[in-house]
Amino acid sequence: MSNEAVLGAHVGDVIHHETHHDEHHEHHHHETFITKYVFSQDHKMIGKQFLITGMFWAVMGGLMSVLFRLQLGYPDSSFPWLEDILGKWAKGGHITAEAYYALVTTHGTVLVFFVLTAGLSGTFANLLIPLQVGARDMASPFMNMLSYWFFFMASVVMLSSIFVETGPFSGGWTAYPPLSALGDASPGSKTGMDLWIIAMALFVVSSLLGGLNYIVTILNMRTKGMTMTRLPLTIWALFFTAVLGVLSFPVLLSGFILLIFDRNFGTSFYLSDIFVNGVGALPNEGGSAILFQHLFWFLGHPEVYIILLPAMGMVSEILSTNSRKPIFGYMAMVGSLFAITILAFLVWAHHMFVTGLNPFLGSIFVLLTLLIAVPSAIKVFNWLTTLWRGNIRFTPGMLFAIGFVSLFISGGLTGIWLGNSALDIHLHDTYFVVAHFHIVMGVASMFGMFAGIYHWFPKMYGRYLNNNLGYIHFWLTIIGAYLIFWPMHYEGLAGMPRRYYDYSVWESFKQFSDLNRFISTVAMIVFAVQLLFLFNFFYSIFKGRKLTNPNPWGSNTLEWTTPINPGHGNWVGEIPEVHRWAYDYGKDGKEFIPQTTPVGADESTHH
Amino acid sequence: MSFFFVIAVIILVFLIIFQIAKASEYVAVLKGEDRARRENNKINGFFMIGFLIAGLIGIYLCNDALVDKTLLVQKSASLQGEKVDEMLWVTLIITGVVFVITQFVLFWFAYKYQESEKRKAYFFPHNNTMEIVWTVVPAIALTVLVVIGLRNWFSFTGDAPSNAMQIEVTGKQFGWIFRYPGNDEVFGKRYFKMIDAGNNSLGLNWHDSTDLNIKDDPSTHDDIVTEQTMYIVKNKPVKLIIGSRDVVHDVGLSWFRLKMDAVPGTPTTLWFTPLYTTKEMKEQTGNPNFQYEISCDQMCGNGHYSMKGVIEVVTQAEFDEWMAKKKPAYYAAYPDKDPANIKPATPVADSTKATTTKLQIQPGDKKS
Repeated sequence: MSNEAVLGAHVGDVIHHETHHDEHHEHHHHETFITKYVFSQDHKMIGKQFLITGMFWAVMGGLMSVLFRLQLGYPDSSFPWLEDILGKWAKGGHITAEAYYALVTTHGTVLVFFVLTAGLSGTFANLLIPLQVGARDMASPFMNMLSYWFFFMASVVMLSSIFVETGPFSGGWTAYPPLSALGDASPGSKTGMDLWIIAMALFVVSSLLGGLNYIVTILNMRTKGMTMTRLPLTIWALFFTAVLGVLSFPVLLSGFILLIFDRNFGTSFYLSDIFVNGVGALPNEGGSAILFQHLFWFLGHPEVYIILLPAMGMVSEILSTNSRKPIFGYMAMVGSLFAITILAFLVWAHHMFVTGLNPFLGSIFVLLTLLIAVPSAIKVFNWLTTLWRGNIRFTPGMLFAIGFVSLFISGGLTGIWLGNSALDIHLHDTYFVVAHFHIVMGVASMFGMFAGIYHWFPKMYGRYLNNNLGYIHFWLTIIGAYLIFWPMHYEGLAGMPRRYYDYSVWESFKQFSDLNRFISTVAMIVFAVQLLFLFNFFYSIFKGRKLTNPNPWGSNTLEWTTPINPGHGNWVGEIPEVHRWAYDYGKDGKEFIPQTTPVGADESTHH
Repeated sequence: MSFFFVIAVIILVFLIIFQIAKASEYVAVLKGEDRARRENNKINGFFMIGFLIAGLIGIYLCNDALVDKTLLVQKSASLQGEKVDEMLWVTLIITGVVFVITQFVLFWFAYKYQESEKRKAYFFPHNNTMEIVWTVVPAIALTVLVVIGLRNWFSFTGDAPSNAMQIEVTGKQFGWIFRYPGNDEVFGKRYFKMIDAGNNSLGLNWHDSTDLNIKDDPSTHDDIVTEQTMYIVKNKPVKLIIGSRDVVHDVGLSWFRLKMDAVPGTPTTLWFTPLYTTKEMKEQTGNPNFQYEISCDQMCGNGHYSMKGVIEVVTQAEFDEWMAKKKPAYYAAYPDKDPANIKPATPVADSTKATTTKLQIQPGDKKS
């Protein structure tokens, strides 16, 4: 597929036109407000759409966590203003159990899927793939646009489920049946669950449209000289992310379809031997509730890496650029990404060690799960070596990248505990798990996302984010994140279960009420700090310091060879040719050598 | 009112931070980008090392404040749990060492190699020896952990000893039902469509039903059914046969360091050997209200957080005494079949008969 062909008739003409007359800058002359900002087919605009929609959901999800942390931290206090905003869900200023579970469930769903999948890989795959591989746009800009709009529809449906009379789905983001299948077992499983499934189905469609596009673009549309081994690690990571998504999201969808049948058409895929209080025995027999868990986690576990890999890729890029030093062990980094991708498909049942899984099967999953720690360890050691003897510039992006590594270590190591079934049988579904996945998947990926935003904001908007706000944002967030999640390990080591509305009746768990109050308070402060970041973001789009240097970080990759505000098509004139890998920093006494610089005759052949 | 006050304060703080950040950006522009970067670099480099030191102190303080509230300082109340604890300490030591070293290296490097005009970054793209070392060393450490883990895993999930007491545990929204097999040591058959919320909470097949093609199973007639509290015997292995009546629940036994899901339609099992009676644990923990609690560890609906069961670990004698007082559930559903009610005409003879029946239960239990 040719790069010129993908832009469609209008823009393609302009580009062709330009290749003959380099001086003309006519990118925008056909574009209206609708085609430029709403139904845009420009990958950069679609990336921004994903980002801002993701930010909306991040605020919603964060706000939900503030509300349910309020219940956990202050179970005895009442907050009249809660009744003002939540109505019957907070009678007397007290969040009801039903509302609490709805908040927890929606928080999990939107953070995992809408923020850290769509908001993270949707944003940066769109923004960076064409720019870093040297393409005018995605292989199919139209499909790319559809990918965003399916995500948008998913968002609308998910948002509408919050306003349903019986409440949004409240059975946990994993949506295990029979709870999620039986409206009589939980009011949240009525209309709220139907909307939840529809939203998730639309989301899967969005993710597949996007993912296929990313894969095709990376494989087919690299510019001249951009061999696979010259790709920046961001692109490798986004490539594997897309592969994971394309292979695992359909399995989730199939699981949901069976669930729809069980819910609405009387089948028994997941249901058997059920007697619901107040309703009586159900006719279903012969189904297996565990089947859903297999289907769910066959996506659910790769999903963790769908979230994490883009962050890893961006962190590799940002660490190297700002250490002014090549990423250490490029091939090992690619190899470990590959190993993680393969192993990600073979570890799902470690979420199911206590479901009565066949012990032998369990042992295989223990082995494969702990095996995945090896490529993860390689990545960490390589990042550390990248810093060693560098000349580090602490840009806000760099700070978040370093923070990512710290959090990835902390959360990754507890994975070794939980992946070992004999320990998991003690720690499963306690706060230890909450601490583990929030640190390694939630906060770490969020840090990767922040690093990416700070680093590529100048490319997106031609302006800088305010540095000082960035520093404040980073330091308060990393301190806050550790203060929130570190002590949760201790709660887990006391066996304190997740998803409890109130611990006061439990002799074994009620000793943590002070700690819960502390965590809730810090969580609220950290949430407020994120609003500061959002303010910085939107303010800087319009009023930020303008970029004067098209390559502000002294970076090697192709996106910095485009104009400061690139139009649709990215490069004016021909797409540059690539002559080297992306990491020639500090080579032969030169500060950095962009990928477009031909290899000199006297250059040392280190790579 | 205070709500709006808080909001106002937050906005004010925001504005102040923002103004300062903005002003210092102007200053930075005036100073020149390079100089501003150098200054920012110094401050952040200092914060890096500061964060490392404060973080390590914080970890110490956090541990100091919280460790007494966890199970780390409590002996496990089951034989299996002792293995879990051993393994937990080994894992803690290995991951703890890695944690301290890598975090130290990360922040130390960040501090040490912050930008300086005197230094040039060292071009160091790869080194195969280093790569091999840090592939092999973690692989070996992980192999050790896998071996320890799987040895325990197979011993936990293996068959229960033949002398194990068997108890059936059934979860429902939101509580637990326990069943003992009674004199005949056989759990009578049950079918979920036989469930009657009033007197047959488990759906025991104790009458014929042509609709459901069910025959009366006499071995249900002596099954003992209790709710909320389960009695087990110290030092005697107990095997739980776990199921659910509605949605997925989980039998969480934090003091025994074990748990197992309760899945409708698919029975699971879990066995363990309790080491201390509830009374002994009250003394050990110094908590007069101590209970072995069964916590539901799998999201099961809006009452999930209140789905509590209690295990009483007692001596064999106490257990026998408790069991002797239990009447089979069958008699509660069919009072006319209760031997205690069969001869109401001769009250004196009746009371003797009832006592003998009760006494007869005991020897059977001792055997089991």
